[in-house]
Amino acid sequence: MAERSFKREVQDLKLGAGETFTGEGILAITKALLESGVGYVGGYQGAPISHLMDVLADAQDLLGELDVRFEANASEAAAAAMLAASVHYPIRGAVTFKGAVGVNVASDALANLASSGVTGGALVIVGEDYGEGSSIMQERSHAFAMKSQFWLLDPRPNLPSIVQAVKQGFELSEASNTPVMLMVRIRSCHVTGQFACADNQRPPLSVRDALSEPRRDFARVVLPPMSYQHERDKVENRWPAAERFITERGLNEVFGPESAPVGLVVQGGMYNGVIRALQRLGLADIEGRSAIPLYVLNVTYPLVKDEFLAFAKGKEALLVVEEGQPEFIEQGLAAMLHRTGSPVRLHGKGLFPMAGEYTGQIMLEGIAGFLKDTAPQLLPGQVIAPNAPPPELPDLSQTVPIRPPGFCTGCPERPIFAAMKLVEQELGKHQITGDIGCHLFAALPPFEIGGSTMGYGLGPASNAAFDGGGARRAVSFIGDGGFWHNGLSSSVGNMVFNRSDSVAIVVDNYYSAATGGQDVLSSRAKNPSKATGNPISKALEGVGVKWVRQIDRTYDVGHMRDTIREALTTDYDGPKLIVASSECMLNRQRREKPLRTQAIRDGRRVEAPRFGVDADICTGDHACIRLSGCPSLSLTVLDDPLRDDPVASIDQTCVGCGNCGEVADAAVLCPSFYRADLVHNPGRWERLLAGWRSRIITWLQARRARQVLDFGEVS
Amino acid sequence: MTLMDSAMTPQGGDSARAITKLVVMAVGGQGGGVLTGWIEAVARAAGRAVQATSVAGVAQRTGATIYYVEIAPEGVAVPVFSLAPAAGDVDILIAAEMMEAGRAIQRGFVTPDRTVLIASEHRALAVSEKMVPGNGIAQADEVMAAAEIAALRFLSADMERLAVAKGSVISASLFGALAGSGALPFSREAFEAAIRNSGKGVEASLAAFAAGFEAVQGAVQVPQAEPLEAALQVSGPAAALSDWAALLNRVETLPELIRDMARAGLQKVVAFQDCAYGTAYLDHLERIAAIDDPVRDHALTHEAAKHIANAMSYDDVIRVADRKTRAARRERIDAEMGRSAEQGMQVTEFLHPRAEEISSLLPAGLGARVQASALWMARLDRWFNRGRRIRSDRVSGFLQLYLLAGLRGYRRRTLRHAQEQAHLDAWLERVTEARQADYDLAVELLRCRRLIKGYSDTHARGLSKFDLVMAGADLVAGRADAADWVRRLREAALQDEEGKALEGALRTVRSFAE
Repeated sequence: MAERSFKREVQDLKLGAGETFTGEGILAITKALLESGVGYVGGYQGAPISHLMDVLADAQDLLGELDVRFEANASEAAAAAMLAASVHYPIRGAVTFKGAVGVNVASDALANLASSGVTGGALVIVGEDYGEGSSIMQERSHAFAMKSQFWLLDPRPNLPSIVQAVKQGFELSEASNTPVMLMVRIRSCHVTGQFACADNQRPPLSVRDALSEPRRDFARVVLPPMSYQHERDKVENRWPAAERFITERGLNEVFGPESAPVGLVVQGGMYNGVIRALQRLGLADIEGRSAIPLYVLNVTYPLVKDEFLAFAKGKEALLVVEEGQPEFIEQGLAAMLHRTGSPVRLHGKGLFPMAGEYTGQIMLEGIAGFLKDTAPQLLPGQVIAPNAPPPELPDLSQTVPIRPPGFCTGCPERPIFAAMKLVEQELGKHQITGDIGCHLFAALPPFEIGGSTMGYGLGPASNAAFDGGGARRAVSFIGDGGFWHNGLSSSVGNMVFNRSDSVAIVVDNYYSAATGGQDVLSSRAKNPSKATGNPISKALEGVGVKWVRQIDRTYDVGHMRDTIREALTTDYDGPKLIVASSECMLNRQRREKPLRTQAIRDGRRVEAPRFGVDADICTGDHACIRLSGCPSLSLTVLDDPLRDDPVASIDQTCVGCGNCGEVADAAVLCPSFYRADLVHNPGRWERLLAGWRSRIITWLQARRARQVLDFGEVS
Repeated sequence: MTLMDSAMTPQGGDSARAITKLVVMAVGGQGGGVLTGWIEAVARAAGRAVQATSVAGVAQRTGATIYYVEIAPEGVAVPVFSLAPAAGDVDILIAAEMMEAGRAIQRGFVTPDRTVLIASEHRALAVSEKMVPGNGIAQADEVMAAAEIAALRFLSADMERLAVAKGSVISASLFGALAGSGALPFSREAFEAAIRNSGKGVEASLAAFAAGFEAVQGAVQVPQAEPLEAALQVSGPAAALSDWAALLNRVETLPELIRDMARAGLQKVVAFQDCAYGTAYLDHLERIAAIDDPVRDHALTHEAAKHIANAMSYDDVIRVADRKTRAARRERIDAEMGRSAEQGMQVTEFLHPRAEEISSLLPAGLGARVQASALWMARLDRWFNRGRRIRSDRVSGFLQLYLLAGLRGYRRRTLRHAQEQAHLDAWLERVTEARQADYDLAVELLRCRRLIKGYSDTHARGLSKFDLVMAGADLVAGRADAADWVRRLREAALQDEEGKALEGALRTVRSFAE
């Protein structure tokens, strides 16, 4: 079950011609796929297109009605490989994943696909995770389009443009027999807006029908001599065909006055940011009419030479607005100008920073800087000579703490890392690698565990150099998502085959949790359309791991710690795998909370656990926080003149996972934690018993109150 | 390429100024998405073109998150919106937490020419603030002060508390505050309709909305956490009560400036042991007062009143058991967990006694011999050292704690008491000695008691830090800046668990002192 349900929104995917769709970018993309007569869709989740996968999963009934096949692929590579269906068959297919990491994983399949060429339109929708909020290394998917020669669309970030790009993408793909990549940036995926719908189309040939008439064409197989012909075909036929299509269908757009001394060349995705900067300079109006000519590249690869030179003609200077590096577009355009001996001066990086996101401020400074140099007469007076200096503000850089993401309240991964930290306190520091996924938050305070991450499913593999003995065994972490994505073969198989004497801990939270709680092979939830319930430990045994420990309650910090210690100290010299399983708390709460609420309403007995801290027993050392970091475990400043330091406190968001009690016990911290189970609808006997207990306890308390002074404090 | 008919002539000023730009800065999990959805719905219902964007992904997991909304002016059907906020170009900034308001100011999203800043005054502490062994909480008043300068209008209240009091979440009270600020040209009814149409938890959301609405208009006071019982209710045997009264009278003979602290300290040690112990406390205090300097506002006695009380009421098993068996505690837990009369309550304590705790409960002589014997300590560990879950709502569990708490009368004969007493005496002797040459140093030495806290390993670590700082004090004694160095050493000791900062500070001290 995914973190977010789109059950309600997918109803809008049924809208037809004459109706208006209102909603998020990812839903608009899905609608556009259906309107394009797509035959099959698939992909692998990951921000920012996780929700696109969730939308597709939630729309399975509708997809079924339209005879569209949906596959939740095992990885981006598997998703890209699925596009093979469009190689021989005239069926449109689309897959989606995260860029640039998804493109890395998929590059083998993408390169083969691009070499073969396609018959039906093949669309790869990439959520470009770049800039603020990004969780990955900062690179561009653009390079993959260039190296394998498939086409890259980067539409203007509004719903009508994105929807149009999906449709044009399929057509471009078919016109040039080349797969097309449609890039949507992180904010475009969640941008809200409206567009005019068309009717959904059934695929002219469904994948089901295709099976009754299998086709093959040796010319499309990537083997010599065909592969040599593929390369020539790309350059001699497919590329020119694409250029023709782009030009004739007007995929790129020109805005602003016909003639002007300067102009901007803009990636489609940068268009809105550029217009905002121009608006602020008084050079564009609220609806985007511009005083400066703009050449908007909705297709950023290939660049169409004739089109660009026509735009450049008669201008003195151009500014390329291209986010990220290397500046492929700028280089390409510069080469075109150079080869034709054009006098037009080309600006880009330099006025803009080479690295990093083009934020509002950077866009404003870059464009204003360009115009100051090249066409100052266009700029309003206060930009050239600002009359008032900006106000002085107090420096808060020492005050405001950084707030990186971390484990959620009640997260079952926290006790695993608390246990690891305790083991390290005993045995010393270890060489530890992480993988991709929620567990990577352990690299941050308070745990600070794990020093590298080499890729999804590659945690244990990235410790391969360290399994030849030494003072202490190397440890690696891998999540269940990474395990099934690539880890079973690349990491675990690698350990077994090379007789690795190291330890790997599989963090199994029943979902691909970091990407939004999608099911994976080992998920324990029943999924109506997917086969779940395949234990990781069985897969480990199957691939030849002899030393496997399955832990079914990670919150048992003591047991967790003892198991890790055993793995690190045992005489066994083969790979040691610990599968630490407990359900992702975010998903568990989403699943259980409504059931619990209903049970309470129905008058059934329900225990609701929550933890608390006795403030007068807590000494304010915060050792518990250094072994937990739970958001619900915070501090409170006591109204007590005798106390200098704030004490621990647990707020009402506590879900009663028990980690703090377990940690206090395992690490022998302090006795201030208690668990309070509020019992809803207790039975008659239970109430009677509680009454007796309460009377005896009250009597004992009264007895003591007669013996010693009681000040009745409540802290 | 498609040629668009879209030329204009330069206007000389910001043409997008008419677009309302609104930023929500929140902590992941606060419902920033819900709030953004409501704002968008209000604007759309009013016939405005509107766009919302967010950065999802891992940032949702308790990290800082940002949502952005642009609302076009009336009559503009298809504006070009920006997808991200820009510094100096924000009309309304909603900060769902005080440090997020600070972050917004730092990023330039709050400017005095135009930004209405609506902030919740509550704090959601970042991990870096919480994990410091001392007090690492960032100063919210610095942000408040900056907000007054940075914003055109600054509206704030504890929106979290307002919402929780209505059984809702902060997104609702912030939405109410936005409506109440009048920064958007839509009626209160239009805002409320957005909540109603969202269909989930409507009544609670509307109540929190109203609270937020009124809070920014200054109409209501934010409810305080829990009104503290000001009047002290002392109960107990008559003899003890009269002894207590006598002790209070004795406090009256102390300098007025320190009486409040002395009373608090006295109550703590008497609650810890008995009135005789209170007498001992006052004896210590009077000895310090006698060597104090009235010109210095009795700073020495003031610090002594605080830290001697803390030292004398050390955290032993008896005290823990005593606190956990008090009637007031159970009432507090019931109130905190929101128990109603029909509901049951089970309370489980997490205790983990070790040989150290058991042996320190033995009579001083025997205890010392046991602690010296590895064999006996191992034996005690075998018998006792394991995590114990005690159900203190059951008679059997309660009785275990109750009996332990009953050892109070015997406490003064325990090994732990002897150790604490010796430590106290040695410490006070040092303070007294230091006082003769350097008043400020003596005050700082008293304050070092703050380093000793926690249980088991944590306590041991605190003790060793205390010893290290004391050793450092020896090195600087006699210097004019000795007190300042001791303060610095103590603050360093409170910065991190392992004592890295302290180690560094000590190296510095050694570099000039040796």
